[in-house]
Amino acid sequence: MNGVPMEHGLVLAATLFSLGLAGLMLRRSMLFVLMSLEIMLNAAGLAFIVGSTAWNQPDGQAMFLLVITLAAAEASVGLALMIQLYQRFHSIKLDNVSRMRG
Amino acid sequence: MMTVATVLSCLLPLASTLALAFSGERLGPRASTLIGVGSVGLAALATAWALLAYSGASQSVTLWTWVSVGDFQPTIGLTVDRLSLVMMGIITGVGFLIHLFAAWYMAGEAGITRFYAWMNLFVFSMLILVLADNLLLLFLGWEGVGLCSYGLIGYYYQDEANNWAAFKAFIVTRIGDVFLALGMFLIFVEIGSLDIGQVLDQAPRVWAEGSATANIAALLILGGALGKSAQVPLHTWLPDAMAGPTPVSALIHAATMVTAGVYLIARLNGLFLLAPDVLLLVGVIGAVSLLLAGFAALAQTDIKRVLAYSTMSQIGYMFVALGVGAFDAAIFHLTTHAFFKALLFLSAGSVIISCHHEQEMGKLGGLWRQLPVAYAGFLVGGAALVALPLVSAGFFSKDEILWQTMAADRAGLLIAGLLGAVLTGLYTVRLILGIFHGEPGSHHARHPEPGKNLFTHHLPLIVLAVLSTFLGAWLYPGLGELFPAAPGEAADTGHTLLQVLATGAVIAGLALAGWLFLMRRQWLHSVVEKGAGARCWTLLNRAWGFDALFKWGLVRPWQWLVHGLRCDFINRGMNLLALIARVGNAGLVRTQNGRVRTYACVMVLGVTVILISLVLTRGGGT
Repeated sequence: MNGVPMEHGLVLAATLFSLGLAGLMLRRSMLFVLMSLEIMLNAAGLAFIVGSTAWNQPDGQAMFLLVITLAAAEASVGLALMIQLYQRFHSIKLDNVSRMRG
Repeated sequence: MMTVATVLSCLLPLASTLALAFSGERLGPRASTLIGVGSVGLAALATAWALLAYSGASQSVTLWTWVSVGDFQPTIGLTVDRLSLVMMGIITGVGFLIHLFAAWYMAGEAGITRFYAWMNLFVFSMLILVLADNLLLLFLGWEGVGLCSYGLIGYYYQDEANNWAAFKAFIVTRIGDVFLALGMFLIFVEIGSLDIGQVLDQAPRVWAEGSATANIAALLILGGALGKSAQVPLHTWLPDAMAGPTPVSALIHAATMVTAGVYLIARLNGLFLLAPDVLLLVGVIGAVSLLLAGFAALAQTDIKRVLAYSTMSQIGYMFVALGVGAFDAAIFHLTTHAFFKALLFLSAGSVIISCHHEQEMGKLGGLWRQLPVAYAGFLVGGAALVALPLVSAGFFSKDEILWQTMAADRAGLLIAGLLGAVLTGLYTVRLILGIFHGEPGSHHARHPEPGKNLFTHHLPLIVLAVLSTFLGAWLYPGLGELFPAAPGEAADTGHTLLQVLATGAVIAGLALAGWLFLMRRQWLHSVVEKGAGARCWTLLNRAWGFDALFKWGLVRPWQWLVHGLRCDFINRGMNLLALIARVGNAGLVRTQNGRVRTYACVMVLGVTVILISLVLTRGGGT
């Protein structure tokens, strides 16, 4: 495990996070937006794991458990919202629901 | 017992007001009338009870403390003495008769509930005014009656002119009220109390007779009295106040509210005696008002305006009496005036309703045969107004005023009073002839519908007519021991001569009127048609042009000033702030477009900016 330097792990996490962020900003479909959010969360989790491994601290792994719990909750709420969105508008394009100017 | 009766007579009209005001439109006209008239009737009974229980000493009852700040502790407290009792008797007694008449007069009008709610609130406020044991509570009643006056002048609010009349009455009397409030502040600062008894007790110790502060305090209170009692120069609202229903004019603008100024000065007599110059000014203003209004009444065509100017003139007499220190005579005339002026107004109301709301003298005439009750009312009331010797109530009170003026050696005031008596005879005869004699001037006057209801129409007129004769003068108990001695108390020389003189003035006025309006009618018409006569008529018709004077001297310059100030630089600065807010708002509204992706992008941008700036500052710091 010690074979992978911390920098590599962190670069991977940053790359994943950037990909997710780009997806969040560019994708119109809510499904992909949710997926991008998951990627970003996992990227953050990966950074925790890399850090905890490098410094031999268990805190980061505990944090990762918190992150995946949060991600599961977020995914369930997001998917429920998406189903509602589809039932109302017969589409999951996010730009269609800007009518309330929220 | 007496205090219970007094409190009861205050609370009954208040309870009725609340019941009527919060009933919405649920109460029908019959129920509203019953509650409105009945409560004042019960209040009159309670007042009679208080009169019977009156032992001769003044009594106070403190209901609760209103405010308590340090030494300033005004109470809700009522004081009953002979003066309050006389005023209570007038307010509830005459008030009840007028309410009863209003049941006939207002039948079929819209908004009866509102009418009686205001009327009862008026009775309550007026009772508070005369019963208050401190100046602050008196001021509450004082403002209350002003408010009710406003509400009732504008009763027919769908006509715009009536609203303007109500505004005018409210604003002009408010000017007086500001003076009264300032006077109260001054009294509180100097004497340290607003309790009327304490003020009168302490004032001679704090102020020397004729000292500047005493003069200023008396002047300020006089200002309040002038506004409420429609004396020169704050009198312009009273003729316009006739826009209200006639019972309102009878109750508020003749019998009770406008005499509040007289009551106030009589109540604070000790204060005015400390300022002899101001007391003389009271008399002079009264004399000026009585002459000015007497002349103005000669040239009015609206019967209610004639009565309004005659009210002003009679209050002028009361002020003359106050001015020579004859407070008792002023209250005596206040009492008889309440009787006969209420009678005149109610009779006028009877004529007005019988002729389908016609109140122009030129369109009435020849009504004496069809409207005998109103005619009798006008004859008896008119006799009291001109002070017909021995048989009328007005004679005794006016004679007392003139006698006191003579005993006080005020020749100028006496002459004004005698001249006023001649004028009174002139305009009264003109009024009665104009309504009841000659040829009818319109269709409505040819076919009047006389009031027939015995209880609500005839009874108030008959009772007031009886009170306007010498019987009413006998009812007055005399308040001698309450006031300092009047100038004519001890002396008696020349009283008979003065009575002969006053009678001569009255008869001269009546004879002149008879000659002018019966024999020389055509000539009189031709005189006022053109030239100097016409100008003179216009001047008197507009009551010496005070309205125009105020309009061009005060209202218009003020409007110009305000107009000029509308676009000054401070205002521009204020407008700039508003502009910035509006532009900023327009810009920010655009970012709120509901697109989640845009929000995400902006958020990323923001976070980036923050991170970069953090890195840069950290980098620079270390």
